[in-house]
Amino acid sequence: MTETGVAGAAPVLEARGIVKIFGQHRALDGVDFAAHGGEVHALLGENGAGKSTLIKILTGAYQPDGGELLLEGAPIHLRDPLQGQGFGIGTVYQEVNLLPNRSVAENLFLGRQPTRFGLIDRRSSEAQAAGLLARYGLEIDVRAELSEYSVAVQQIVAIARAVELSGKVLVLDEPTASLDRNEVLRLFEVVRGLKARGLAIIFITHFLDQVFDLADRVTILRNGRKVATQPLAALNATDVVRMMLGKDVAFDHQGSALAGAAKGAVRVEFRGMGRKGMAPFDLAVHEGEVVRVAGLLGSGRTEVARLMFGVDAAEGGEVLVDGRPVAIRNPAEAVAAGFGFCPEDRKIDGIFGDLSVRENIIIALQAKLGWFKALNRDDQVELAGRYAEALDIRAADHDMPVKLLSGGNQQKVILARWLAIDPTFLILDEPTRGIDVGAHAEIVRTINRLREEGLALFVISSELDEVVAYSNRIVVMRDREMVAELDGQDIAPDAIVQAIAGTQGTRP
Amino acid sequence: MNRSLRPLLATTLIFLLAYLLAVTQQPAMLSTRVLGNFLTDNAFLGIAAVGMTFVILSGGIDLSVGAVIGFTTVLIAVLIMWLDLHPLLAFAIALGVATGFGAVMGAAIHYLRVPSFIVTLAGMFLARGGASVLSPDSIGIDHAFYKVIQKSYVLLPGGGRLTVVGMIMLAVFAVAILLAHRTRFGSNVYALGGSETSAALMGVPVARTTIGIYALSGFLAGLSGVVFSLYTSAGYSLNALGVELDAIAAVVIGGTLLTGGYGFVAGTFIGVMLQGLVQTYIVFDGTLSSWWTKIVVGALLFMFILLQRLVFRAGPRRT
Amino acid sequence: MTRQTVDLRPNGQPPVPRPRPVAQVLMRPQVIALAAVLGVNWLLFPGFFSITWQDGRLFGSLIDVLNRGAPVAILAIGMTMVIATKGVDLSVGAVMAISGAVAATLVSAGVSAPVAVLAALAAGLLCGLWNGVLVTVLEIQPIIATLVLMVAGRGVAQLITEGTIVTFSDPVLIFIGTGAFLGLPMPVVIALVLMVAATLIVRRTALGLLIEAVGVNRSAARFAGLSAGAFLVAVYAFAGVCAAIAGLIVAGDIRGADANNAGLWLELDAILAVVIGGTSLLGGRFSIPMAVLGAIIIQAMNTGILISGFSPEFNLVVKAAVIVAILILQSPHAALLVRRLRGLQSGAGK
Repeated sequence: MTETGVAGAAPVLEARGIVKIFGQHRALDGVDFAAHGGEVHALLGENGAGKSTLIKILTGAYQPDGGELLLEGAPIHLRDPLQGQGFGIGTVYQEVNLLPNRSVAENLFLGRQPTRFGLIDRRSSEAQAAGLLARYGLEIDVRAELSEYSVAVQQIVAIARAVELSGKVLVLDEPTASLDRNEVLRLFEVVRGLKARGLAIIFITHFLDQVFDLADRVTILRNGRKVATQPLAALNATDVVRMMLGKDVAFDHQGSALAGAAKGAVRVEFRGMGRKGMAPFDLAVHEGEVVRVAGLLGSGRTEVARLMFGVDAAEGGEVLVDGRPVAIRNPAEAVAAGFGFCPEDRKIDGIFGDLSVRENIIIALQAKLGWFKALNRDDQVELAGRYAEALDIRAADHDMPVKLLSGGNQQKVILARWLAIDPTFLILDEPTRGIDVGAHAEIVRTINRLREEGLALFVISSELDEVVAYSNRIVVMRDREMVAELDGQDIAPDAIVQAIAGTQGTRP
Repeated sequence: MNRSLRPLLATTLIFLLAYLLAVTQQPAMLSTRVLGNFLTDNAFLGIAAVGMTFVILSGGIDLSVGAVIGFTTVLIAVLIMWLDLHPLLAFAIALGVATGFGAVMGAAIHYLRVPSFIVTLAGMFLARGGASVLSPDSIGIDHAFYKVIQKSYVLLPGGGRLTVVGMIMLAVFAVAILLAHRTRFGSNVYALGGSETSAALMGVPVARTTIGIYALSGFLAGLSGVVFSLYTSAGYSLNALGVELDAIAAVVIGGTLLTGGYGFVAGTFIGVMLQGLVQTYIVFDGTLSSWWTKIVVGALLFMFILLQRLVFRAGPRRT
Repeated sequence: MTRQTVDLRPNGQPPVPRPRPVAQVLMRPQVIALAAVLGVNWLLFPGFFSITWQDGRLFGSLIDVLNRGAPVAILAIGMTMVIATKGVDLSVGAVMAISGAVAATLVSAGVSAPVAVLAALAAGLLCGLWNGVLVTVLEIQPIIATLVLMVAGRGVAQLITEGTIVTFSDPVLIFIGTGAFLGLPMPVVIALVLMVAATLIVRRTALGLLIEAVGVNRSAARFAGLSAGAFLVAVYAFAGVCAAIAGLIVAGDIRGADANNAGLWLELDAILAVVIGGTSLLGGRFSIPMAVLGAIIIQAMNTGILISGFSPEFNLVVKAAVIVAILILQSPHAALLVRRLRGLQSGAGK
């Protein structure tokens, strides 16, 4: 019934020609999207594809700069998510947006608790809550604090609240990111039940197998545009990955430009590095070598980088630099060993917004030197000037706060920060994300130059064409595990896509 | 067991043990007389601490309560002695002023997005300063109504006296318990303390609740001023100096998490009683000096902050 | 020191740092505010600026402002760095009482003055370390962690003095509170030396930059290889020592230790001085001299109110007004409005 219903009936929630602009950047450029009742519609896309922007527009968190939203055929304008809820659009986020400190019952009924004589009727509220959750297959003590339950249970409570309050459209934003296998199955049961009740469900995830398990149709976004909307029955995993990573990649291209490039001795070596939720890995990076990671968002790419740099402590394993073992239990020790790390989220983990460009460039070197060996002002000016020039950092004045610079220039400042410590090994997590085309090309060139100069680099990137063109070696990650390693002539888009999709994998 | 009950249980246990210990040392402390005095002597602190409980539950802090108590006593004295108003009318005016004062602070906290301790610090300066501008000297209150109230009490079995002031405090606690645990306003207060982002997404009226919380704290500080006025028959700008610290200590010792979201109004009652017990014991003992109160209260405060870190650091998970 | 590479070595000249013109410093709002307050004082009391030389030291209202402002200025020096790390120290007033109590009790027990002074400073250091450990190791928020000592500290001070006001006649302690050096009152000299020393230490070493980095973005600081723990403890310890020095001055001034009233509410004045000095309560950029200027502004207002015949408590109302003014100036809405106005101006200028 639902299958036939999808094609014919009008969509419950429809977005037409949505445009969203942040500054100079068009995050969404004329995107159409339609969610029908009784279907699970998956929304896929890599970092920067516009997935989260679209979701925020659909739920009312952002207002579009162009295009329109229609609910059951009638145009709507949403001021905020609360109004979206009122219209029937409920959202469940990855980090459960409920109250960990209150009881399950209160989380379900906050704002509309049953009252008697002006006071909250707790018994009736609890009885209703227990009855409601039973319909979702949850038999728990609704008087207990929400935080006493696992994330999976919290997700289901959040879904129950969203459905009870809204009841037309349910947006699930990465709901399975922190669930284990059985919990995912349990959640899927709930979602299938809601689908049968006729809700339109929008499902965002980065787990491809879950998309194929649960969804009926998929919409794929890339660089702010819609690539395709298709029924999943007609697709396989390789098709989907290919659409996500870019149709424009030359798929007949064989081997990397750097396949035969000379590389030096082993610079850093990781042996048996791992921690809970991350399969142990071995990896050696040579002087003058760029190792790139291919894998979808959430495949464990960033986690590998964090382990290498000591941001998350490794449980077991060892690190060797130039053949000598070094202890890396925190970033300070990583910096002491000559490692540098440009993190994915520049604003939160990278830049010191109120500090000057100059201070942002010298800070890691200064941290390495310690409190008392202060770089004097002349040294600072000289260093900052040298790297600003080399990386073409466009700042009117190196004493201005770095937060006034564009994203691309901020990224170059962080890169300069690490070059200033004369690194042995540089980790770059999505170095070209969210920056303009010009700066993008410059950063790609800089990475190349650094490799030629003998630096060992480990680069995470969602851009498949870049990965193919500028790597000596590629490790492929899936489900928090390094599943394949491609070297030299093996580096080809098809091989990568297949390894990511899991249709064909050569284990290292 | 509910995690947030644990600090409360610890407080209750410590109170019972401390009382037992005090009684074995000073058998005279086991009497309704002492109990009655307990309630009377700590009434103003208890009432102010109730307001502080709501503020802290929501994740804020109110440093102005001591100053508002002082200001209220002066205002009441001025209204009664200089303007010849009836005390009940004076109380109503004073309560209105204190409530409005709190509401303005709440609005400033919400709309200017400034930490509550800075806004209420300004409030503290303003209230103390305002009180001394009204009258720098202590004003004695001489009114028939005061004498009647001061002489009214309910005789408890064993000779203890439950005074009007003590009854007001008990009534405030009873109403506040209902307000915190059985009304939507109470739920919203806890929601703000749990996560302001989530609360807003779940439809909690953040602005209205924040203003309501500080208005309530202002109102209760005003009521505490009324009680203080009845208790001392005087208005003085330096009355209730540092009471905000005692109130914060009572709230935390009563098991409320200083970062908000967890706690009970009833716990604050035990926190106040525990402080009163320490004071009474020291008075009974006679050889110990009063400064031990501060040290013991400080130590208790430290203990409960540590305890809360242990209890709330890693929560148990059910599946 | 850096990677000498072919391509990355630039050949251009680095931008020349612009020297800060004196006029720019004089245009700071704090300087203007101080000038305004002093101007009002002068209007109220025409002899305000007259300074006389008598018995080998300077006398005058202006000197008096500096002298009375010194304890808060000293507290503000320590508080500035605590606030720069996104923290706050509520216990400094209580620590002043402890330090005064230690020194007074020791000298009246016959201990030599230098030992008593060292003991008082050590007590302040210990209190600061306690706060620092609570904040850093136990990860308790600063306002809560330092509240413990704020509540218990006065009790400890009274325990030391056994509840009495311990008076003394030790010339060294009295000199610290009331003496003069090169014509200036000792408290002013101490505050000045401390300000210069602290500024030199944080600006000549990398400490200042590292504190600011941690205050601006703790997460980024971790990623840049900074370990915040050690110097967070150091910052609180320093605030404790500053409080101990202020406590010695106040004790020396009244020739006794009053555990109940020494330093009462001065923590709030110190926080206010830091905020007036332009350091944000949200951490980051800080300036020690500006915080000292803030303390002088507060004292100049106090003096102005005294000479104009208002009751000293009127001060509190003025302080409240200052806080409200700063809050409005710093609020995002006001900032937006100012930016818009500036945008209009510069737009018109071009």
